[in-house]
Amino acid sequence: MGSRASTLLREEEIEEIKKETGFSHSQITRLYSRFTSLDKGENGTLSREDFQRIPELAINPLGDRIINAFFPEGEDQVNFRGFMRTLAHFRPIEDNEKNKDPTASEPLNSRTNKLLFAFRLYDLDRDDKISRDELLQVLRMMVGLNMFVSQVLRMMVGLNMFVSQVLRMMVGVNISDEQLGSIADRTIQEADQNGDNSISFNEFIKVLEKVDVEQKMSIRFLH
Amino acid sequence: MEDFWAVVLAGLKVWVYLIVALLMVPAMFGFSLGISETYMKILIKTLEWATLRIQTVNTEQQILKSPSFNGLIQREEGSMEKELGELRRSRPKSPLGGDFSLSDCFYFYRRGVEDIVEDEVTQRFSSEELVWWNLLTRTNYDFHYISLKLTMVWVLGVFVRYCILAPLRIMLASIGLTWLVIGTTIVGFLPEWRLKSWLSEWVHVMCYRICARGLSATIHYHNKENRPRKGGICVANHTSPIDVVILCNDGCYAMVGQSHGGLMGVLQRAMAKACPHIWFERADMKDRHLVAKRLRDHVNDKTKLPILIFPEGTCINNTSVMMFKKGSFEIGATIYPVAIKYDPQFGDAFWNSAKYNMVSYLLRMMTSWAIVCDVWYLPAMHQQEGEDAVQFANRVKSAIAHQGGLLDLCWDGGLKRAKVKDTFKEQQQKMYSNMLVRGEEESSHNSDKLPPP
Repeated sequence: MGSRASTLLREEEIEEIKKETGFSHSQITRLYSRFTSLDKGENGTLSREDFQRIPELAINPLGDRIINAFFPEGEDQVNFRGFMRTLAHFRPIEDNEKNKDPTASEPLNSRTNKLLFAFRLYDLDRDDKISRDELLQVLRMMVGLNMFVSQVLRMMVGLNMFVSQVLRMMVGVNISDEQLGSIADRTIQEADQNGDNSISFNEFIKVLEKVDVEQKMSIRFLH
Repeated sequence: MEDFWAVVLAGLKVWVYLIVALLMVPAMFGFSLGISETYMKILIKTLEWATLRIQTVNTEQQILKSPSFNGLIQREEGSMEKELGELRRSRPKSPLGGDFSLSDCFYFYRRGVEDIVEDEVTQRFSSEELVWWNLLTRTNYDFHYISLKLTMVWVLGVFVRYCILAPLRIMLASIGLTWLVIGTTIVGFLPEWRLKSWLSEWVHVMCYRICARGLSATIHYHNKENRPRKGGICVANHTSPIDVVILCNDGCYAMVGQSHGGLMGVLQRAMAKACPHIWFERADMKDRHLVAKRLRDHVNDKTKLPILIFPEGTCINNTSVMMFKKGSFEIGATIYPVAIKYDPQFGDAFWNSAKYNMVSYLLRMMTSWAIVCDVWYLPAMHQQEGEDAVQFANRVKSAIAHQGGLLDLCWDGGLKRAKVKDTFKEQQQKMYSNMLVRGEEESSHNSDKLPPP
């Protein structure tokens, strides 16, 4: 090892990142250490492959979406500032922010910004609306090609046991597009208030108003 | 001018005699003159003093360095079911069912970002971070200038390590290896007496002892009564090629591996002359049946030495034990597990093959303070009824991890180079689908008003 990580990051940069994201000095240096250890090409930026090298992330069903969130529009490399800016969304919300400056912009880890981050993970084309297709895409990622039983069960009730056993063997089950489609339709139906058959950000916020976003979209960073 | 050279020559002669008397002879016959013990004591005192200095200076300057390098984040250790259940609790259960909520994705996002910040696997393929600096540049992550005294000690350390210890160690190691080749070749010429195997063992152990001195290795063996016996397989966790030297200092093993060319090849062929080792051609290694057959044949011959195998298949950084490949556990032989734990304070034994090749790695070893490690021999294990090779391998792995104080991981060490298999992602997807589908079943039953099957 012996990478003198903290000396490569200048003090002014650390201060700027501190102001922008709210991380502490030691957290920033440790995250920089992590950044450089992921950066196998040693060119100061991370590519998508660098992220995919993390096995736990590679097996996460939404891993690709999460990786995407780090990269600005149309770019293939993310530098340390961008890395920290994205991670900042997951800082816990502290009740007494020391510099409660009403004129300053909302901190990156506010409830609204956390929800916006989640919204953007659904909203692929960045048109500020979650369409049925986009919702379906995320659902398909989370679910894969998987066994599911109720379609088969429904058929079993209507047919006699022998045939249905054969059917069960033949069907080689999936959660069909049809099934996912009805889940998507239901979700949009519940959330859509202005009847445009898609979910806008405000409708998104409304649906999730009872969810404890602050805790569920926060990571407890130590020291 | 001539006088100068005469003096140098005389000095060299004295030097060589000293080495032979003080280092090689004790190594050959297995007793100790206490030189290394004294060296270690001085070293420990110095490192303690250095640590104290750093601590006091840090508190003076109020640099808060948390001694717990436990991690960057504190994770919620909840299962997918528990977490998604909590997320959904806030929503009233829709009469139409379909237990999906827009907030389900939060669980995956948070897990994903946690893994980006800190994951269990990638950190095992690079050297362990030390809590306090041990006066080696290579372990210096966060260098602050502490004090003049400390820097001077460090400079002295560099001089001692590079100019005094390293040449000495290199010489010892070369002597050890040369003797190994010569000794085993000579023994190889003897006919098959019982004396031959005794001699071969003696030559092997002696040369490995010299090599161990060449690394300033201090090894503590525990539970020697469980030492591997003939006709069994010895398995151990793998941190570096030095593991072989460490284990062979206290016993003789048959090695398994690929036959190399060059210097390694010479070594391998010489060793094979004295007693049977198992060297494979590169092409044969891929043939699992062939490998298994040769291992089985060796094990069944009760006069042959126990086989030494590292089931992880690659070097891990000695903080954890990764997945054991099941090949050696399918043979049906007695398994003798051994746990090896290095003390990182004196030198980092991990071989990061991506960063360093063998030669630079060995040079790093020889310019560390010392190699200190503990070896625990665990009681023999057999495959039990109804236990398949994978379960048996996991059982042995847990025993080793538990004894060595290492973390027991299920991840494959091969992830150092290869991508993770898609089957793991599919497992996650399956788990989530089951949760989705249960809601579907309930909803479809509600809507169709059918009795449950």
